[in-house]
Amino acid sequence: MSTPDDKTKGVSAETGGEEAVASFKGVDEKEQGEGPGGFIVLFFIIGFVASLIIGWVIFPKLLYSQKRQPVDFNHVLHVETVDNGCESCHIFREDGSYAGVPKLAQCADCHQEVQGDSPQEKIFVEEYVAKEKEVPWLVYSKQPDCVFFSHTVHVKLAGMDCVTCHGPIGESTSLKPYEENRLTGYSRDIWGKSMTGIKKNSWDRMKMDDCAECHEKETGRKSSVQTDKDACFVCHK
Amino acid sequence: MKEEQSKEKVKKFGMVIDLDKCTGCGACMVACMAENNVPFKEDESKKLDSITWLRIYKLTNGKSFPDADICYLPRPCQHCGGKGDHGHSPCVSVCPATATDYNKETGIVSQIYTRCFGCRYCMAACPYHARYFNWWDPVWPDGMEKYLSPNVSVRMRGVVEKCSFCFHRYQLAMDKAYYEGRREIEETEYQTACTQSCPANAIAFGDLNNSGHAVYELKKDKNAFRLLERLQTNPKVYYLSSREWVRRAGDNYLKDEKK
Repeated sequence: MSTPDDKTKGVSAETGGEEAVASFKGVDEKEQGEGPGGFIVLFFIIGFVASLIIGWVIFPKLLYSQKRQPVDFNHVLHVETVDNGCESCHIFREDGSYAGVPKLAQCADCHQEVQGDSPQEKIFVEEYVAKEKEVPWLVYSKQPDCVFFSHTVHVKLAGMDCVTCHGPIGESTSLKPYEENRLTGYSRDIWGKSMTGIKKNSWDRMKMDDCAECHEKETGRKSSVQTDKDACFVCHK
Repeated sequence: MKEEQSKEKVKKFGMVIDLDKCTGCGACMVACMAENNVPFKEDESKKLDSITWLRIYKLTNGKSFPDADICYLPRPCQHCGGKGDHGHSPCVSVCPATATDYNKETGIVSQIYTRCFGCRYCMAACPYHARYFNWWDPVWPDGMEKYLSPNVSVRMRGVVEKCSFCFHRYQLAMDKAYYEGRREIEETEYQTACTQSCPANAIAFGDLNNSGHAVYELKKDKNAFRLLERLQTNPKVYYLSSREWVRRAGDNYLKDEKK
């Protein structure tokens, strides 16, 4: 590996006996010149991959805490027995407001006593119905305080299906874990599962842009002076 | 669906306040604060700090005893339509955050608190002092959180707020109408809190474009005027007064200037 130049340096500096040592020194110096460059690239790649993993895999896991619902509700079982689909339990009130998750009294109409052999029903009847305690359901679609959302206008007037925003929850036999954002306290269903922001279904995300996108497409209203889209005071309060 | 909606008539909600009837009792101010979760301070006499979406001003004619006269003037947000009613109201034009907006379908100037970053340009632009800044986070006495209205979002420190013409009441009224299969609401279904609380019936509220509403005729009264009309902000709040000096007080005139 020693170059003629190294050798001459060595020879000129030292006597013949020490030539090998001198030339060895020269080789060493040469390698140091190349080596750090390679290491930098290697460390960069390791660091880059590590930050990708931290940012895209570990951080999202840390950001959301997983919570189980107090009772594992089976939608399929209930949809089969009721006549009016989702609206049998998720009712509209006469003033046009929407009840959302049913209250205990509504469930207790049927579940005064344990009817089946499901252990979840047993928990429900013993822990909540018997003690007359409301079930602290975790609402996946809970929006911030500044949002005004009317189910009436979307369902009754525009004739939208529940599935469009809520997904096929009616076909689920078990409730998925509620992933709560540790910083904001909102459900992950608002921000969406996908870290890349790609939306496959209309119910994947429930952020303002998703509402605005559909409003622009479906209503075509341009009542806002600022944005030339639908006005702010349509969904805000 | 697009066609159906374009057929909906353009509304222009506004108010006509009869100053001859107003006794300055302040019931409208109280109703407004309770309705809209307006925070109050320990010392409400500090006017730089306190927030009043609707404020009553006391006007005097400046004369001595036999001719002395006073007038109370309630001032909500004027919901200016701007020159030509294109929605370029002073505050909307200057907002760098798109936090305040003019709705062409209702004529209401909205304020989105979560969007506002508190630069207060709108407060400087508003000639009516209708906008207020939250210098502090609201502090509610123990247990009072439970009495807050869920229909109005509470504001936080660092944002501007103002009268919304109780827009949440419009939203709720429309909801009921849609549930019953209607697309329009009656005049009585959407009334602001101040209108309903006024014991003297001095405030009328409704759609200025709708000939069936009381305000439609009232605004054409010969005694009707608006505040600072010469600025061409085109407010949607009209005032009535049979007294010449009150009408003249609605704008800034030089001492010897003819109206």
